[in-house]
Amino acid sequence: MDPRYESLYEALKNVHGYIYPNEISLTWSILIVEYPYITGLVAGAFILASLNRVFKIKALEPTYIISLLTAFAFLLVATMPLISHLGKPLRFWEIMITPHSTSAMAIFGFVYLWYLMIVLLLEIWFDYRYDFVIWSREKKGVMKYVYKILTLGAMGTSEKDLKWDKKIGYFITVVGIPSAFLLHGYVGFIFGSVKANPWWSSVMMPVIFLFSAMVSGIALVLFVYMGINFIRKKVQNMPTLDSIGKYLFYILIIDFTLESLDQIHRIYEANESFEILSMLVSGKLFFTLGIMQITVGTLIPLLILGFFQFFKPADKIRRIAYFLISIFVLTGVFFMRWNVVIGGQLFSKSLHGFTTYNLGFGGQEGFLMALFWMIIPFGILAFLLWLLPPWKKAVH
Amino acid sequence: MPQQIKKLLIVFTIIFGIFFIIKYALKPKSFGEFGHYRGLAIIENENKQVKYVGTEACNDCHDDIVSYKKEGPHVNLQCEVCHGPGYLHIQDPETNKLIIPSKREKCGICHQKNAARSENNITQVNLKEHNVENKCIDCHKAHNPYEFKD
Repeated sequence: MDPRYESLYEALKNVHGYIYPNEISLTWSILIVEYPYITGLVAGAFILASLNRVFKIKALEPTYIISLLTAFAFLLVATMPLISHLGKPLRFWEIMITPHSTSAMAIFGFVYLWYLMIVLLLEIWFDYRYDFVIWSREKKGVMKYVYKILTLGAMGTSEKDLKWDKKIGYFITVVGIPSAFLLHGYVGFIFGSVKANPWWSSVMMPVIFLFSAMVSGIALVLFVYMGINFIRKKVQNMPTLDSIGKYLFYILIIDFTLESLDQIHRIYEANESFEILSMLVSGKLFFTLGIMQITVGTLIPLLILGFFQFFKPADKIRRIAYFLISIFVLTGVFFMRWNVVIGGQLFSKSLHGFTTYNLGFGGQEGFLMALFWMIIPFGILAFLLWLLPPWKKAVH
Repeated sequence: MPQQIKKLLIVFTIIFGIFFIIKYALKPKSFGEFGHYRGLAIIENENKQVKYVGTEACNDCHDDIVSYKKEGPHVNLQCEVCHGPGYLHIQDPETNKLIIPSKREKCGICHQKNAARSENNITQVNLKEHNVENKCIDCHKAHNPYEFKD
């Protein structure tokens, strides 16, 4: 048989009920799942760092720089899944030189640049400027010049200079908090404003995205912090872990409440899309939503973290639990993005049928590509930790 | 002004300067002439060679087939939908022959049973079941398919 019909018959096997022809295969793949996921990790990690700085929480101090560097490493990669998803990836820069003011994606480019250049880079620079000066004096060879360039020529180390570093750094943090909210709220907005899709179109979307971002960012910092201590063979600082756990618990409660509110609202409203959405939730999304997102990613961590707020088992048990919780929550939030992005495309706009998403292994939009963009930020983070080791920072 | 700010201002000025130079250099000259797109794109498309010549051009030589086709359900179908673009053929019919499709799958492009297609407008046939051994044009006359060959 002609290969065109072969592929049509193959595609029709994935369809249940009535579906429009252009809905058979999904346009937004796993890479579009990854984009809000990574952006969320960035915003979450940054918000944790900012809360730490603004509210001066002593126990969280060891995670401050790590959160910033983690946010930076992930932000550098945040747009890469989007770009690899494009049909012509090498033309990505055109969105920046001829931006359209009514295009949500073009404006995202500027929100992203603002956050990268003005907020994160500057905050890290002000935090490290003094250390760059010291290191540029202490180090030898190429590294001496690398650090010298990183000072941008601002070599002052007087009390007054340090005070300015702190003052401006604090100011950027204060500006950074709403910027981080904007960055990720915006991602939620892009989905929430697709009015033709009943699974996405909700004003709650930006808020839900924001809180799940905070949850995932905190979990990522917990994971990275424990990982770094493990690799450096350092003892895990239990008050710090307990503190992160406490904040994770609080934000997770808010996140869970907001998502439940959204669902309860849909159920109570029960408009014309309700039937297909309930079939979606109990059918195609049962594993990713019911098991992975709600049970593994939310309820189990909530129960364990809630238990820890009242009872404190031995340090070793808590350590293992925190590590597992960080992985559970990270997995749960990934599946939250999956359920939004993939789930929203699985049902027909006719509200009478479903298609199926088959994740390929290789190829431009396959599993390997997604895995690649998930591993790269950890590589960048390792490089940043080598270049800017927080444990070698001068105490001032 | 603290020295940090001074140095940062210099760096940011350089970065923005480079950005605007790049923007100036890479932005197509005709961009924004008529709207948010490259103005020249319209002229470039206008200048492209038209490859489909239309049924009227076919009618100049093949008027018998064109008028026969008008009697059947393929009345509104352009000849080149099945036979391919004819711009070379009308210049030199002897050397540039058009396609004469004969495979079942060719007819299937429109007639293969597909739930997404309206059955009222285009006859739907399940190619996997209907007279599998033969080509469509073994029985049907392609230009007027409800008439059968002898």
